[in-house]
Amino acid sequence: MLSGGVHSLMADRHIEPDSPELRARWGNFEWTAANAEQAKVIVGRYPEGRQRSAVMPLLDLAQRQVGAEENTQGWLPIPVMEYVAKYLDMPVIRVVEVATFYTMYNIAPIGRFHVQVCGTTPCMLRGSDDIMAACKGKGLKKGHTTADGLFTLTEVECMGNCASAPMVQINDDNYEDLTAADMERILDELAAGKQPKTGTQLPGRHTVEPAGALSNLTAMVDANHDYRGEW
Amino acid sequence: MPKVKVDGVELEVPAGATVLQACELAGKEIPRFCYHERLSIAGNCRMCLVEVKPGPPKPQASCALPASEGQEIRTDSEMVKKAREGVMEFLLINHPLDCPICDQGGECDLQDQSVAYGRGASRYHEHKRAVTEKYMGPLIKTTMTRCIHCTRCVRFSEEVAGVDEIGALYRGETMQISTYLEKAAAHELSANVIDLCPVGALTSAPYAFEARPWELKKTLSIDVSDAVGSNIRLDSRGREVMRILPRVNDDVNEEWLSDRARYVVDGLTRRRLDKPWLRRDGKLVAATWAEAFDAVAKINPGSSVAVVAGDLVDCETMFAAKKLAGALGSTLLEGRQTGLAYDASNLAAVNFNSTLAGIEEADAILIVGSMVRDEAPLLNTRIRKAVKKGAKVFIVGPQWDPTYAATFIGDDLAGLGDLPAAVSDAFSAAQKPAIILGGAALGKGALGEGLAFAEKFNLVRDDWNGFNVVHMAAARMGGLMLGYAQKGGIADLVAAAPKMVISLGADEVDFARFAGSMIVHIGHHGDKAAHAADVILPAAAFSEKDGTYVNTEGRVQYAEQAVFAPGDARQDWTILRAMADALGVSVGFDSFEQLRAAMIAEVPALGVEGLVDYGALPAAPAGAKAEGVIAGYPIKDRYLTNAIARSSPTLQRCSAVLLHGESFAEAAE
Repeated sequence: MLSGGVHSLMADRHIEPDSPELRARWGNFEWTAANAEQAKVIVGRYPEGRQRSAVMPLLDLAQRQVGAEENTQGWLPIPVMEYVAKYLDMPVIRVVEVATFYTMYNIAPIGRFHVQVCGTTPCMLRGSDDIMAACKGKGLKKGHTTADGLFTLTEVECMGNCASAPMVQINDDNYEDLTAADMERILDELAAGKQPKTGTQLPGRHTVEPAGALSNLTAMVDANHDYRGEW
Repeated sequence: MPKVKVDGVELEVPAGATVLQACELAGKEIPRFCYHERLSIAGNCRMCLVEVKPGPPKPQASCALPASEGQEIRTDSEMVKKAREGVMEFLLINHPLDCPICDQGGECDLQDQSVAYGRGASRYHEHKRAVTEKYMGPLIKTTMTRCIHCTRCVRFSEEVAGVDEIGALYRGETMQISTYLEKAAAHELSANVIDLCPVGALTSAPYAFEARPWELKKTLSIDVSDAVGSNIRLDSRGREVMRILPRVNDDVNEEWLSDRARYVVDGLTRRRLDKPWLRRDGKLVAATWAEAFDAVAKINPGSSVAVVAGDLVDCETMFAAKKLAGALGSTLLEGRQTGLAYDASNLAAVNFNSTLAGIEEADAILIVGSMVRDEAPLLNTRIRKAVKKGAKVFIVGPQWDPTYAATFIGDDLAGLGDLPAAVSDAFSAAQKPAIILGGAALGKGALGEGLAFAEKFNLVRDDWNGFNVVHMAAARMGGLMLGYAQKGGIADLVAAAPKMVISLGADEVDFARFAGSMIVHIGHHGDKAAHAADVILPAAAFSEKDGTYVNTEGRVQYAEQAVFAPGDARQDWTILRAMADALGVSVGFDSFEQLRAAMIAEVPALGVEGLVDYGALPAAPAGAKAEGVIAGYPIKDRYLTNAIARSSPTLQRCSAVLLHGESFAEAAE
């Protein structure tokens, strides 16, 4: 059983165990017509003899196809990984190594929206605990999918949006400069089938430019300025 | 040839050497876990840290750093000492303190190196991680909590065995080593990962909790499970051989051993013939030695004697039997039990002339009628290496999975005379072309055709002989050197209808063909021959006698006695010597030393360890033509190929689980 896994204080991530039901549901997996085209394009990007390098984009493609089929974010059942391995003529174990290494591949069933709340220091200092609490208030539970299959909540480490902390990533979009109220609104809109505004939630801010007035390096606004003499 | 300085001593190292190799050349011990000479460099354990100038002012992993001109390497500085202590402390953070109940204890790299290079005590007070055991088949026992993630097992499976089945799943602290879906490691070299594992994560399942390394007597021996002649070490305690491990011999087995060779060990104590047996009224009854020799004397065969040598016997036994038959006036000797009758008048034509190490150099290889993976697993790893260097391999015979890229060109031997263009082009262009003939080809009389092929493509050149025959019996080359070959094979013996047939552990013979003969079986296991025998004289297995063996490349090697034969069993030569007395003839030796001296006097090559020179390859017989379809390979079950293996519960289980897909309920622990 692969599901046994490591028992530690870290989040337990494990492959959905192989079962007859899993085989019955996904054993016949193959690319849709559109994805078959796309897979060819992806494999074509790599030089002759290096087709195995396409394993990562193909796993992503497969995950999205699974997601599209069952209306979730998508994940990688074992038969699907085997399909990708066969498609690239490589040992399955090498595919599983890749899929289990990168956390963006979901290796167990997942909800429609994968809510990844960043809890690393900058987000934590800017109030990620409140964001987490807001999620909890909406019935989300860390490491679980809600009963209606809509939301799966995980806490993750730094997603590189520290300048607009706190943030969450939901499927392919980031939502930044969050407050608890923003978070609740976003979850409500998603549940209602609407697309919330992505990126920063601060009115007047576009990306990660300084919010409000420039607070440092002010002398460089108009022209280059050599600060070194002032250190 | 860069010059480097190691701890102040200047030395020149070969181009392409790593810093670790440079340090070893300077005689410095560099601790390591993940680095292994025969595997690719991983650089992930960090135990081999040294200080190198010029370079960043921090310790560097010496295994992955190329040695370059003018480097100053220090292995004895304070920085290195602290770095090793630090790495060791990190490795031990998640390693359980279960050495007292760990089978690796006493021969554990982690244990040894923590004593030599670690801090005295741990500063770690948090929880240790725990990892569930993984099922890896009947041979490999796993305790994955002990794993330090060196990935040697992963690299071995992929690079040497050529079977991608072990991988490192997950990442960081949750990383785990596992086979895909925890299927059994099912290839013929799987147990080598046990030797490679520097800790007790992968240990030998059949040997679990059997013995501690320091209570074992170590004896140097030669494997008899195939004709490769792998160098092995027998670890014995009291009267029992507890385990078999490979010894390093770069010319033969490097440092690997096939699973079959490793796990015959528990067959050595089972189904043994430990007292003489006589057939009375069609039933075998136990007897004393005196009664047994009386029975032999009563056969009174005159010169109507034939000797059939089994696959596992040593040269001394065969020579003693030859002397006995000779004294009685017979030269009916044969070792090719299954009826092969190839021409053995020139042994160069039935030898693996390229040598096992040499075949790695070949750039075009034609395998005819050999499933090398089963017949000589460690030859297959050599061919795999050749393919990695760019060799093209073509195979005539039914399909099998060679673990490397190979083209099957049909199973009809008639095709040999009329090769596809791809094959003849490859062989015309090759610098070191080679042909390998297996038992299935010899059985179809393809030897002459093979020689014709060798002439056509000029396989014998300066410094290169590409004509090879791969045998499957450890006794074969020695037997052929001692004259255990009749023109018509064993059929000649049958035709002679001898009064007495002496079987030297000949368990593969169809004794129904000798229905009119009295069969005296000198063997160690109650296997096939014992059922047909009229007199059974219990003898010693390979672990219980000194002996000379010649492997398929004509390499003379000596094995030593590890333990004594059980019960009333005796060493084969003493039995043959006593039989001479019973039959009233003289064989001319009274001790093992005299026997060996007489053998060497007759066949001087057996007295020199190493490769025998069989001279030049004979010319192909005129009009040699192989015909017929190779329907299958001689080995039907790779685990149960000889009497000892068939008696081994471990190999029986391997056969059942790995080849026949049976499943066994694991005992609850």
